[in-house]
Amino acid sequence: MSEFFHMGGYGFYVWTSYGFFAAVLVWTALVPVVRRRSVIQRLQDRAAREKRANDTNT
Amino acid sequence: MNAFIRWIHRTGSPEYFYQLSGKLVPWFAAGFLLLLAWGLYGGLFTAPADYQQGDSYRIIFIHVPSAWMSLFIYIAMTATGIIGLVWRIKVAEIVAMASAPIGAAFTAVTLVTGSLWGKPMWGAYWVWDARLTSELILLFIYLGIIGLYQAVEDRRRAARAASLLAVVGLVNIPIIHFSVEWWNTLHQGQTVKLMGESAIHPSMLTPLLVMAVATKFFYAMNVLQRARTMLLEQESRKNWVRRIVEAK
Repeated sequence: MSEFFHMGGYGFYVWTSYGFFAAVLVWTALVPVVRRRSVIQRLQDRAAREKRANDTNT
Repeated sequence: MNAFIRWIHRTGSPEYFYQLSGKLVPWFAAGFLLLLAWGLYGGLFTAPADYQQGDSYRIIFIHVPSAWMSLFIYIAMTATGIIGLVWRIKVAEIVAMASAPIGAAFTAVTLVTGSLWGKPMWGAYWVWDARLTSELILLFIYLGIIGLYQAVEDRRRAARAASLLAVVGLVNIPIIHFSVEWWNTLHQGQTVKLMGESAIHPSMLTPLLVMAVATKFFYAMNVLQRARTMLLEQESRKNWVRRIVEAK
């Protein structure tokens, strides 16, 4: 197993590459998920605010 | 051609696009994860070490698919950008703009993994070689498109301006592709060819192609997720969005 991580002496280069690839993909995948939540939350808050404003006006 | 335009207009309805893409995302995600597992297993375990480069060449299984994606996404972005410019279709503009950050991410992966491969093989993390330089310019073009899109207040005008910039930047794509033929580069020439025989053994080629398809699934999944959220924001005053927000 340690031979596998050693990568014939190129372990640092190989694993840093794969690590960077993984980190960028995870980040890219998470951005729209987080953003979607915050957008829906904001639109819900706005709908609630507008409903309150309407109720007090009438 | 008429059928194509009808299809564009139907898919171009924001609500239809939102619902359809919502159904597609899980399938793309599943395809991506399966192919990723297969590709990584093949690349890291099954494929033998290279007779010249030892195990360092295993970077190829992420470097080359990422490099292909950096070009593929650019072309997809420009194509949808042109559809947006010509037919003023909002969904096309949004897909184009949602593509830019994903393309920039794959370009960054290409540059960083290439650099980490260059150090043990060439002795330097970076050289001002035609292939490397044109790929770096691609990253700057992506960042320029993202920056321009963020800088303009009106979302639709921003998308049109940034799409136009994408069309101008298209000139860099053939330069990247042919750079290893036109100039004497330190970067090696093409290993995998569409026409003719590839200079790579099947045990290495298979995981490479699997990873190439896996990254396409990732893009499909991610671009749709981004586009869906952008649609909710831009169409927030429309009834179909109100219904979705209320139902949450």
